[in-house]
Amino acid sequence: MQQLLNFFFKNRTTILFLILFLIAFTLTTQAHDYHKAKFINSANQMSGRIHGIFAKIGDYFYLKEENALLLEENNRLKSRVFNPQNKQFENISTEEKFQLIPALVNKNSYRYLDNYITIDKGEQDRIKEDFGVISTKGIVGIIDKTSAKYARVLSILNTKSKINAKLKQSNHFGTLGWDGVHHNIVQLNDVQDLAAISVGDTIVTSGFSYTFPENIPIGAVESYQLNDTKDLYIINVRLFNDMTNLRHVHVINNLDFEELQTLNPINE
Amino acid sequence: MNSMLFSNTVRFVVLVLLQVLICNQMNFLGSMDPYIYILFILLYPVKNNRLSFIFVSFCLGLLIDLFLDSGGAHAAACVTIAYIRPIFLKSSFGAAYEYQAIKFNDSDLLPRIVYFAMMILVHHFVLFILIIFDNSKAGLVVSRVLSSALFTLFLALTLQTLFSRKEK
Repeated sequence: MQQLLNFFFKNRTTILFLILFLIAFTLTTQAHDYHKAKFINSANQMSGRIHGIFAKIGDYFYLKEENALLLEENNRLKSRVFNPQNKQFENISTEEKFQLIPALVNKNSYRYLDNYITIDKGEQDRIKEDFGVISTKGIVGIIDKTSAKYARVLSILNTKSKINAKLKQSNHFGTLGWDGVHHNIVQLNDVQDLAAISVGDTIVTSGFSYTFPENIPIGAVESYQLNDTKDLYIINVRLFNDMTNLRHVHVINNLDFEELQTLNPINE
Repeated sequence: MNSMLFSNTVRFVVLVLLQVLICNQMNFLGSMDPYIYILFILLYPVKNNRLSFIFVSFCLGLLIDLFLDSGGAHAAACVTIAYIRPIFLKSSFGAAYEYQAIKFNDSDLLPRIVYFAMMILVHHFVLFILIIFDNSKAGLVVSRVLSSALFTLFLALTLQTLFSRKEK
């Protein structure tokens, strides 16, 4: 017993090191598992607040770009109002079924393989897990963690992200993922080889999941190729969104979310 | 002793804020990211209680993880370099370490660069292996480590030289 105690005492630094390393390692492996990171994430109150304060200071530097973006969007919306026969407009009408909640991006990352975005709205604003997030130009990601005042978004620039999307013209659908290489290019996988694709075609959300309404623009086809078994297409999609300077985003609240989920609990 | 505690606390807070608010928002040459906060571990007083040193390093790493959504990768990398620091100190500063008389501010440039470089490389290796966590992407790990390590080393040496007080 004495020897055992002596052993522990002599090697106490090594033992402390091993314990702490093991804790850190466990936290890391949990973070790599979708939906498991429990308390070390940036939706946390303290880090959320600090990011928030400094993001507000940063705002002043981007006023010009933001104004230009808003003008562009106003312009697009107005042109739709003046041209009501435009079919696209009727498709994304968000009345009744979807509710939009505006939010500000507090922290954004895009250089790692698993990128997350923190926004300044949380459970108090009725934001829940699995709600979709879009910006003026396209989709941004899906909410994956919430606290009272903040929420964390699983960016589409995350190798774990999987979103249903389709070709706008032919309605052939696939799964949108990211290979982690370029922050402007994402991949639309598993598209049937029957689909007629040409470079420049628009990719939009499919509306199969409850997260996003149908026909939200995502990007344009950059290039495409068949997969190894030669039966499905892998399409490189150039995003409409610039994921490196997000500031104003909208969270989409599907008002039938819970009802749909009880109907079909597998929502991935 | 009290002033040392004070200056280390200030350094801790300033470096964490510098890291999460400036260094991780920088967009320099694509994927290069300096991890400047480890300057705290590099410059921690040599005469110390190793247990508390390792524990403080763990807390520092965990705090950074909290901001950067990296699970526990920074914490793991920090405890690793805190644990093996004496080995690197001994191999780069030699006899001065034996007498516990290293003054980072007065030491020669070469041993300081060697010491910084070794610590930064080990830290970045552990960090990027844990962040990327995919054995098919070894090339990516190495390229990220080398580019970021160079950047960190440069910044660490600059900051340390800029803010060192000449002790007479």
